Amino acid sequence: MSYLFATLFYVSLGIFAAGLALKLRQYWSVPAPLKIPTTPAPITRSGVVFRMFREVVFFESLFRATKWTWIFGWMFHLGLALAFVRHLRYVVSSDFFIWPLINNWLVQFAGQYASLIMLVGLLGLLGRRIFVDRVRYISAPSDYLMLILIIMITVSGIMMSFIAPIDVVGLKAFMVGLMVFDWQELPSSIFLIIHLGLVAVLAIIFPFSKLLHAPGVFFSPTRNQVDNPREQRHVADWARSLDLDSADQSSG
Amino acid sequence: MAKPDFEIPELKADTEAPAVQEGTMSHSSPFIAKPEHQRPLSYPGELVEDWHDRAIAKMSDLLGKYRSFRVYLDSCVKCGACTDKCHYFLGTSDPNNMPVGRQDLLRKVYRRYFTLVGKYLPGLVGAQNLTREVLDEWYSYYHQCSQCRRCSVFCPYGIDTSEISMAAREILNDIGMGQKYCNEIIAKVFKIGNNLGLPEPALVDTLEGLEEDVFEDEGVEVKYPLDEKGADVLLVTPSADFFAEPHVDGLIGYGKVFHEAGISWTLSSHASEAANFGLFIGSYENMRNVSMRIREAAQELGVKRIVFGECGHAWRVAYSFLNTLAGPFDFLDPKYPIPQHILEVTHDLIKRDAIKLDPSANDDIIVTFHDSCNIARATRMGDMPGGQFVIPREVIKAAVNNFVDMAPETIHDATFCCGGGGGLLTDDLIELRVKGAVPRMNALKHVIEEYGVTHMAAICAICKSQFTKVLPYYGMGMDMIVSVHQLVSNAIVLEAKQ
Ligand code: SF4
Ligand code: SF4
Repeated sequence: MSYLFATLFYVSLGIFAAGLALKLRQYWSVPAPLKIPTTPAPITRSGVVFRMFREVVFFESLFRATKWTWIFGWMFHLGLALAFVRHLRYVVSSDFFIWPLINNWLVQFAGQYASLIMLVGLLGLLGRRIFVDRVRYISAPSDYLMLILIIMITVSGIMMSFIAPIDVVGLKAFMVGLMVFDWQELPSSIFLIIHLGLVAVLAIIFPFSKLLHAPGVFFSPTRNQVDNPREQRHVADWARSLDLDSADQSSG
Repeated sequence: MAKPDFEIPELKADTEAPAVQEGTMSHSSPFIAKPEHQRPLSYPGELVEDWHDRAIAKMSDLLGKYRSFRVYLDSCVKCGACTDKCHYFLGTSDPNNMPVGRQDLLRKVYRRYFTLVGKYLPGLVGAQNLTREVLDEWYSYYHQCSQCRRCSVFCPYGIDTSEISMAAREILNDIGMGQKYCNEIIAKVFKIGNNLGLPEPALVDTLEGLEEDVFEDEGVEVKYPLDEKGADVLLVTPSADFFAEPHVDGLIGYGKVFHEAGISWTLSSHASEAANFGLFIGSYENMRNVSMRIREAAQELGVKRIVFGECGHAWRVAYSFLNTLAGPFDFLDPKYPIPQHILEVTHDLIKRDAIKLDPSANDDIIVTFHDSCNIARATRMGDMPGGQFVIPREVIKAAVNNFVDMAPETIHDATFCCGGGGGLLTDDLIELRVKGAVPRMNALKHVIEEYGVTHMAAICAICKSQFTKVLPYYGMGMDMIVSVHQLVSNAIVLEAKQ
């Protein structure tokens, strides 16, 4: 079992990293030939950073659009962020300088209860998907499965956290062991197996699914462009050749 | 107004999301372009035999050229935030008119041909082959999007359905399935210089007529010059301004403003069109070719500034793209924004007391203002974000004493499209236009009943034509709609200078 999970860990991380890197390279290499920020838009770079910050941290546009989706979506992502920080204690070594930042009462407490916030958010999102006719119409099987997958990860985590505690020292030994290629025994817990197994699945599908919204938002031209087309000429490489063509014509 | 063969929606105090009703607009489809409309734009005359492969190849090409297209096809999480934001969905209940529904028509094909999961497990992610049915669906529903960008305001990733619609139309054009209305118009611009196909002598006639009218009304010799070399300002305005009502009253207004401010200006017969339909069909090349005419006219006439008249999508191409498409404009006077909007000019003159307005001239009317979609969400006026909302209102308030805004969720960047933008202002789409106007009509009706509003001012040639046509369907007068510079024209105090 431990070997199986060790392998799964490497494979899923590999696919996640490689897949994401390829996607990022693709997004990066495709130009935005025209200025299309959704206005009113910031007229400076720092303004754009601030806009993006509000979008990524507070889901500003979603807040304007629908309060229910915003509340559930934000609860889920906030819970996810807190739970993520809490999980760092399994991979960060205790003599690393950020250790005190993770291993303190507040972070661990918040991270533990965050899982419940996450669950409420996820169930709310699932409920909307099922009961709001417009959202139901646009949902494909993958949209439900994605939610169910994350709900199962969350619930198995909650079980270990609140109901069926596992050997966390053993788990840390296993995780740290993975990083230094010194394989340790994985503590036995059905919830842990479910939890880790599904996280691996999630990591594998990340670069091939709508989870790409996470990097995607940073590449969204309507959000990341500065509103200064009159002040600064913006031309994509492929469009530059058109300029050259017409210059040729007028000189020839 | 002929009796319509469809049901006219009832207006309500608030616009609410209707229950989904599949297929209510699947019959809506504009006339297909004929070979003579396609060729001048370098598109095949009719549907090519290998349309399937060619469409996929074109999609692949666009995926490599437009980051928006690439990122937006991947990023949608189907959260539903945009589903009740499109005026066409609100007016028709057709789920393919929900922005994400519209995107999905193309996304399902993207997934099938360009993503791993869609290739091997199409059912899981709703991926589909490109079939003739899908193609017809594209043609129908990508011509039910006015590219107004309201959806992009509310999407958490800024997904702009108009980017998808433009790409879809470009693909359709590339396989010979263009839309008659847009392509015929673009061909006219290439041949004659404007959308309406008004040749130079007709323009001369019209402008002389305007000079006579204004002289008769005001006793002042206001000039409406054409092709005058050495003028300071080249005014580029939508060709509807030359004769359509209420557009032409706006043009009269621009002339009076220039006259009073003592600014020498000219129109151009070569660039006698501000609107750029290349935008609607998503074609960078065609949009660029139309834009180049403005550059050529400016150089030919030796002007120092370029000013655009009241037009929504035109101002988008001018403000956001002109510098990109036809720049750099280093031969113009850098003291002024390049290009400038006529409202920026008038606003500045009012602020500096360089022209005087007497708002009591408009005391018989109560005015509200329709923010045009592309000005609101794709451009700016002045030097601060949101100037596109402030400047028109300040000019209106200087010209009239009675101004009321419509409901906050229907103005500024949440404004609703008039229902006729994006290349849909054609009679073969009248049902769509009437139904798509519902949210704006609701908001307008509310201020009419609540505040006795008599007129709605607009700054877009399409909005003006669309409302003129559609208002009567809802029992409102077509002359309710006015140009902002018509209000200015009424209020401006002309002092015969020379
Ligand atoms: S751009 Fe406008 S018309 Fe098109 S889908 Fe979005 S809201 Fe609807
Ligand atoms: S708001 Fe954006 S992410 Fe949500 S369904 Fe619409 S397009 Fe997709």
